[in-house]
This record gives sequence, C-alpha cells and structure tokens, in this order.
Amino acid sequence: MKMSAVLPAARERRAGQWRARLRGNGLTIAASAFLVCLVLVAIFAPLLTSADPILINAVNRLKAPSAQFWFGADTMGRDLFARVVYGARTSLVVGVVAAGASLLLGLLIGLVCGYFPIVDSVLMRVMDGIMSIPSIVFAVALVAITGANLVTVLLAIVLPEFPRVVRLVRGLILSLRNEAYVEAAVSLATPAWRILLSHMLPNTLAPLIVQGSFILASAILTEAVMSFLGVGLPPEVPSWGNIIADGRSYFQLRPGLVFFPGIPLALTVLAINLIGDALRDALDPKLARRG
Amino acid sequence: MTEINANADVLRIEGLTVALKQSGTPVIDDISFGVRAGETLCLVGESGSGKSVTSLAVMGLLDPAALEVAGGRITVDGADVLSAGAEELRRMRASRMSMVFQEPMTALNPVEKVGAQVEEVLRVHGEGNAASRRRRVLEMFEAVRLPNPERIHASYPHELSGGQRQRIVISMALIMNPKLLIADEPTTALDVTTQRQILLLISELQQRFGTAVLFITHDFGVVSEIADRIVVMNRGRTVEIGSRTDVLSNPQADYTRMLASAVPSLVPPQRPASTDPEVLSVSNLAMSYKVGDLFSPRPPVHALKATDMSLRRGEILGIVGESGSGKTTLARCITRLIRPSDGSIVLDGVDISRLGETALRPHRRRLQVVFQDPFRSLNARKRVRDIVVEGMLNFGTPKSEAYERAAVLLERVGLSRDMLMRFPHQFSGGQRQRICIARALALDPDVLVADESVSALDVSVQKQVLELLRGICDERGVGILFITHDLRVAAQICDRIAVMRDGQVVEAGTAHAVLATPEHSYTRELIAAAPGRDWDFANFRPYGQPA
Repeated sequence: MKMSAVLPAARERRAGQWRARLRGNGLTIAASAFLVCLVLVAIFAPLLTSADPILINAVNRLKAPSAQFWFGADTMGRDLFARVVYGARTSLVVGVVAAGASLLLGLLIGLVCGYFPIVDSVLMRVMDGIMSIPSIVFAVALVAITGANLVTVLLAIVLPEFPRVVRLVRGLILSLRNEAYVEAAVSLATPAWRILLSHMLPNTLAPLIVQGSFILASAILTEAVMSFLGVGLPPEVPSWGNIIADGRSYFQLRPGLVFFPGIPLALTVLAINLIGDALRDALDPKLARRG
Repeated sequence: MTEINANADVLRIEGLTVALKQSGTPVIDDISFGVRAGETLCLVGESGSGKSVTSLAVMGLLDPAALEVAGGRITVDGADVLSAGAEELRRMRASRMSMVFQEPMTALNPVEKVGAQVEEVLRVHGEGNAASRRRRVLEMFEAVRLPNPERIHASYPHELSGGQRQRIVISMALIMNPKLLIADEPTTALDVTTQRQILLLISELQQRFGTAVLFITHDFGVVSEIADRIVVMNRGRTVEIGSRTDVLSNPQADYTRMLASAVPSLVPPQRPASTDPEVLSVSNLAMSYKVGDLFSPRPPVHALKATDMSLRRGEILGIVGESGSGKTTLARCITRLIRPSDGSIVLDGVDISRLGETALRPHRRRLQVVFQDPFRSLNARKRVRDIVVEGMLNFGTPKSEAYERAAVLLERVGLSRDMLMRFPHQFSGGQRQRICIARALALDPDVLVADESVSALDVSVQKQVLELLRGICDERGVGILFITHDLRVAAQICDRIAVMRDGQVVEAGTAHAVLATPEHSYTRELIAAAPGRDWDFANFRPYGQPA
C-alpha cells in the first residue's frame, strides 16, 4: 500500500506531492474550509453584525434567540451573536500571535543551541527551568502582578510553549550537524551563520510548521481556559472563554450561552489539529527526503 | 528430457518477468536459469540489475503493491512459488527455501535473545519440544562455528560482532535444512577478514547439507572464490550464463568483459615515486574520547593512537583498515572536522592542529574532503552550480567568475556544463561523487582527503572515479589521502599505503612493497582475505598462468 502511494508521487515535484496528499483527504478539506470561513468571519465581523459586542443593556438580559438576537442575549443584555463573532477575532489573534512568537523565539534559540555546544549547555538548563513552571500558576501570578490584558495572556501562553520548540529545533540541528553536506560546508570554510541559514534552516521548516499548528490549537484553548478562570482577558472583551464563563451560571436556563461559543471553540481546535495531522503526514521527512 | 532437468534443479526459474505495477515497465525481463543441489550459483550485477528482485520473487516476498509477476514460472524443489498462497509460502520458507540478507543487525530482533529467535523458526514450523529445539539450535550454532554456543544462545544481537550476527542469521536460515539458500550480498556489510570466514562457512555448510545456494553479489572477486556457475545480469536481463571458468576466462558478452575487467586487482601498477616536496606532515596525532560521565567515569576510548605520516604533492597515500581501525578518525582530525587531542598536523609549514575556527579559515581551502555517501554529501535543496561555487564565494571570488569556473570544473570531472542548474537527485551515485570532487577542487586545494569515496559505487563506476582522482592528482599536483577498507582499490590507485588497526598504523610503505612483501601479520591477513586475489580479471586468467 505504502509503495503505491510513493511511486507516482516520487515523479512529481515535492511541493506538488504534499499538496496532492492534502487534497486527497475529505476531513482535511472540511477542516480547511471551516478555518477559511472562520478567518473571514473574524476579518469581516463588523459586516456580519451591526450590534456592539460590549454594549450593556439590562433590558435585553438573557433574552432567548430571536430575529434581532440570533443567539439571544447574555447576562448583561449584550448580543451573543456579536460576541461570538468578535470572539473569533480574539481567539485567532491570540492563537496566531502566540504560535508565531513561540516558533520565532524557539527557532532562534534552538538554532544557536544546536550549533554552539557551549551556549547549548547553559541555555538548555534555562529552558529546563522554564519548562518546570506550571503554566496556570504562572498565569495567575502574572495577572496578579500586572492585571489581565492581552500581553499577559500572550506571555502566559508563549513562555511555557517556546522551550518545546527550542528542543525540537535543537534536536533537528544536532542531527543535521552530522550530515555529510554540512561537514562539507564546514571544510569549505562556510561561516557558521551561513551554514545555519542556508543548509540547516530550510530542513527544520517542515517539522516546525507541523509543530506550529499544534501550538496554535493549544494557544486558542489555553486563552479560553484562562479567560474562563478569570485570569485571561478582561471580562468585557468578547472572547469565547469569557462568554462561556459569563454564561455558565445560567447554563440550565439558557444552554445556548455556553454552547454558542463552546461549539465554534471545539470545532476550531479540532480543525487545526486535523490540518496539523495532515501536514505531518504530508511533510513526513521519510517520504520527502529524496523526492 | 526437460522433465529430468527440471527434477535435477532445486530452483528453476523459467521466463520470469516482473514489472512495476504502476507503469508496467519490466524490472526483470524474461530470465531463466536453474540451481542444482549442492551447487553455488552466483547472480552478479550492478545496482539496478534486478538481482535482488529476482531473489525476492523466489522467496515470494515481492511487494504486491509495487511489483507484479507478469509471466514465467518459479519452482523450488518441484513446488510452484508463484501460484502458492500466503499460508503455503509461509510453510515453504525455512523448510524448502530460506534467505540471508545483507545487514545482519536489521534481520534480527534487537530486544530478543538470539537463541530464542532461532528456536522460534522451529517452533512456528511445529518442530519438536522446547528441550529438543534448544538442543538443535545449540548444535546449529556449533555448526556455524560460533564460540561458546551456550553463552551466545543467551545473548542479544548488540552483544555480538557483525560476523557473529551473520552466523546467527545463517544458522536461522539453515536450521530447517532447506533445499535452497538465497544469500543476498551476505558479506557486503562485513569486514574483509570476516567476509572470508563467512564465505568459507557457507561453502562448508553447503557441502555438509547438500544445499543449493543462490548467491547474489556485485563483487566478481567473491564470485571467483565461491561460484560453480555464474549468471550475469544487467538491467533486468541475463547477459551471460556459464560455469565459473567459462565466464571468467572467456566472457562472451561485452558487459561481462567490462564488469570483470573493472574489478581492481591486488597487483599495483608500476608508477614512479613522487619526488615533489612534502605538503602535509602528521606527527603523534591522537584522538581519544571521554566516555561515561562525572558520576561513573570510565577510561577514555583511544580512537587514534599516536600516528605519524606524511604526504607529498602529486602523491596518493592510501590508509587501509577495517571498521574501528581509526582511519576515519584520522581523516576527520586532518580535515579538522574534529580537534585532535594530541599531536600536530603541519600543512605546508603551518601547524593547524590547534587553530581556532577563525584562524583555521584561510587553511581550510587548502584541505578538501570527498565523503563516502554521495547521497548525503550534497544538500538536496541546492542546485549543482550553487553547491560547486559555495567555497569560492566564501573566499570572495566574484559570482560571475565562480559560475564560469564551476562550469569548467564540471567538465573536468566528466559532466557537462548544462547540468549546472540541476538538483542532486537528478544524478546517479557516480555523477554525484563527481560533483563532490568538483566542489572540492573549486578551492584549488593542496590536499584532498577521500574518505571511502568510491565504496558506495558500482565497480564500473568506481573504476572511472578512481581514474578521475588519479588524473587530478597527476595534473594538479594535489596530494590525496585515500581512505578505504578495500585493499584492492588501494592497490590500484595509491603510491604508498599505510595499514591501520586498532587506531595505529601497523605497516606503511610503497604500494608495491606493502602488497608484495608485507611484513606485519595483519597485512598478510588482509591480503589473504581480499576476494578474488588469485584471479587476474584484467587478463581473464588466474595469476601465474602464462598468457
């Protein structure tokens, strides 16, 4: 079975190969379509609803879904549909920025650690130290010191996450160091920075992209958990975690207060993980190596 | 008449055609031959000749998703393999036919004791009880000349040497006393001295059990030692079939002649000794590795013990040794990929053994390397042009000049300039090794270190690359340090040879002196183990026989 998948693909260009494999899977297509829709919703939120997601109006408190309030109104009389739509913005921004920052930081430190053994022994112990901090406790402490805002949430997500990326990149670099073409570059007197950039970096990108997708999913989830626990974004900010936290005491009366933000949250994380799995299969170094 | 012949053959292949399932392209095209009981038939060919696919077809092990049998018949001891079902095939394996693969480590389960693994073969075929199975395995271990069978029986694969592991695999293959043994390059991964022992063992067991042996190899040297009959394959077709003497002394096909005459001989060609000045001199060079850690210190491993050697311009110095002899450590120290723990490396008057990376930079260009594996020594993401010019750009050559020089170099190593924009995967192993040589030459080095640079290549390609290296050495006056495990290759290309063992040079001298009048017993052992040393392949006759 395996061989038949590889043989025709070997003739194609590598890029074409993994694009074809991504396309081949129905679940992956559905997941990608869902994410594209979500991004569009986040970008064009003001066009989808004219309601203000933070405008409090006690008159509308806990209203049932209707033509005016598609998802009903929350405990403060805010339009739930507007809050969920704007919540997509928050989740995606937090997820993308956190994942991007973790990857960038992890990549930089990982490259240096992997290539320079002296730096490695010091920095990796620092990373071990950071990884031993329990993330929720850290988040609570951080909020207690600086107050709840976007920066603390991002910091609370990135700090425990990026050492994992450092480990991944460092491991890849360590194994690439033994590749004959890297040793050939050393004997051609290629400077270390150019070996890192032109020979090693391109070979770390595929696993990094896969790792990035999983960080993205977990960052979105962490933000929701933090907001739910009250150590995340300020309660008025429309975030799926905040909306669920706000609605949980009225769950039996109005289950929609939890389900309307909860379902998109679950679907988003699921979709990102599905795409991550597909990316991992498609970028499998064993299949992609010789092309 | 045909009926009688068919009965005499243990293995009979008739008109076998195997094709790629996707495209229908045949990888084996209408081949026919037979192997009789007690006979060794050598299937010889270069990579891609279809010899391994043939053996897999006989075992019923073709990957059904990739390959399909398009025609022909295979019978083993009268039973049809191709029409047999999975269960029938399973019963036939080990009892009628069995196989020994190239790499013994991957053929054994690393987490199970070897004794239990061999007993399992008996168990799945429902042979005897636990006690009798154990007894038979111990007897078999004795038959394959394993020392202390009881201890080996309770060992894990990693506790054994490569040769011992291959003996285990052979005992596993022969324990059910099959009619046919297929050996697919069983000695290629082993050192020459071990290879010789395994070859002797196979022929001894064959005589004892009357097994028919289908021996697959790329090495005509091995063929000349063990074959009764020879089948030469090229691109999926049989080129020539005949007895050993017929094929070796009177080959009919051009391909066979080419293949046989490409086999390097142990007799070095006459060559005037280089009188050029010394370019590299190594003294007391040593490398030891710390093992264990702070809490459980162990004595350091001395990969290379105090070693002296020197290299002249325009000279090829061969460093010959088996695995673990320290030859690669020596190469890595000299090219300063690692920092030696002691001694000096003087390159044209400057000791480079202790220099830091910055101070080393100007000297790097004078010392270039060509590695063993041409598939791993080129960055698959870069174009040939960018690979070849990398060093020149590092030393400030303008781009246009570097590109032009890359084209000239490519032509020098026997490729053409319109290949500049291609990627490495578009080239064969031999072509890639030429690209590596062009990359090394781009900096106009004084010393070239070739670390097993031809070991991964087919003999015919190997011969061409050796000629290229010799030509470059003669025309540019580059000193070449040629590291190899193969004494025959060293004999063909080297002016002087140093034999290494256990991190030390045990004997050094001109190629002629070392090979004709070896002084050290280990050198003599190596020479005796070189396969095909009694046969003069270039002249199609045994040595010592008049033309």
